[in-house]
Amino acid sequence: MNFRVVVGVRLKEGLLDPQGKAVESALPSLGWDNVSHVRVGKEIELEIAAPDEAAARTQVTEMAERFLSNPVIETFEILQVAELVTLHGDDKPA
Amino acid sequence: MSEHRPRIGVVTFPGSLDDRDALRAVALMGGDPVSVWHADRSLGGADAIVLPGGFSYGDYLRTGAIARFAPAMESVAAFAAAGGPVLGICNGFQILCEAGLLPGALIRNRGLAFVCRWITIRVDHGSGAFVRTGELLPVPIKHGEGRFVASEDELRRLEAAGQIAFRYCSPAGEASDDFNPNGSAANIAGVWNEAGNVLGLMPHPEHAIDPDLGPTGGQPILQWLLSVARARVPA
Repeated sequence: MNFRVVVGVRLKEGLLDPQGKAVESALPSLGWDNVSHVRVGKEIELEIAAPDEAAARTQVTEMAERFLSNPVIETFEILQVAELVTLHGDDKPA
Repeated sequence: MSEHRPRIGVVTFPGSLDDRDALRAVALMGGDPVSVWHADRSLGGADAIVLPGGFSYGDYLRTGAIARFAPAMESVAAFAAAGGPVLGICNGFQILCEAGLLPGALIRNRGLAFVCRWITIRVDHGSGAFVRTGELLPVPIKHGEGRFVASEDELRRLEAAGQIAFRYCSPAGEASDDFNPNGSAANIAGVWNEAGNVLGLMPHPEHAIDPDLGPTGGQPILQWLLSVARARVPA
């Protein structure tokens, strides 16, 4: 089975996020002066072949812990796991 | 007996910039420079390793995050575990942190700006005859992601264990936020590993070697590397 997975990676709470600060300080100049606590993170999308969703989640978690995020400065969250349905692919229906 | 010229390997990754300066600095300081390619497992018989500055793999994902998985880095990790001296400069420091060979991490500068200028660092905790505690070293910095961070517990542990190698300071040697160019925790510019054989710093000692070109605050740091390398070679 193939899954599309979205992993969100964010700077840890309490760590100064200069990118978020820069975005926050630009907003009032565009007229939005009621916004605060802006933080910028990143989203990593990938497709993974795995026997089932649990296996996909386990592998993505390991990938996120060891590579996609750095636990010293970041936290991650699996935001979405969706099975990819192949209409004309080689996968035979079960 | 003439002094042995230790072999110093400088690893080139795709995107390394300062490898040639590091090779030249090693030669000027009396070492025998050897170029090491990131895709090779062989360290060329090096007695010490330099991970140079630059933007390995375009700084994609995080600085140093991809270089860490280069075949040469497996050999560097084994070399460091066996007590071999390793110096990581700028991007090299970032790679060592990502590889877990040094504590902490380096993130975007406070204020977002890329900083490129001469600064002064103070040796917070020296090692051997060359890197002497309290000494002030004029060295250049040039980085966008040099803010050293670690948890409060880790910072206390590093301080207690004498692992804080360098702090950003005033020309008179006062470490303070006013002279901290990137917002690093506790004004930290460089750290040792626990065993004291791996050193990483954001400033560039390899650009501060040749007296014809400016201040020579980088010399003691290269001398440290060469002296440890020499001590490991059977005479």
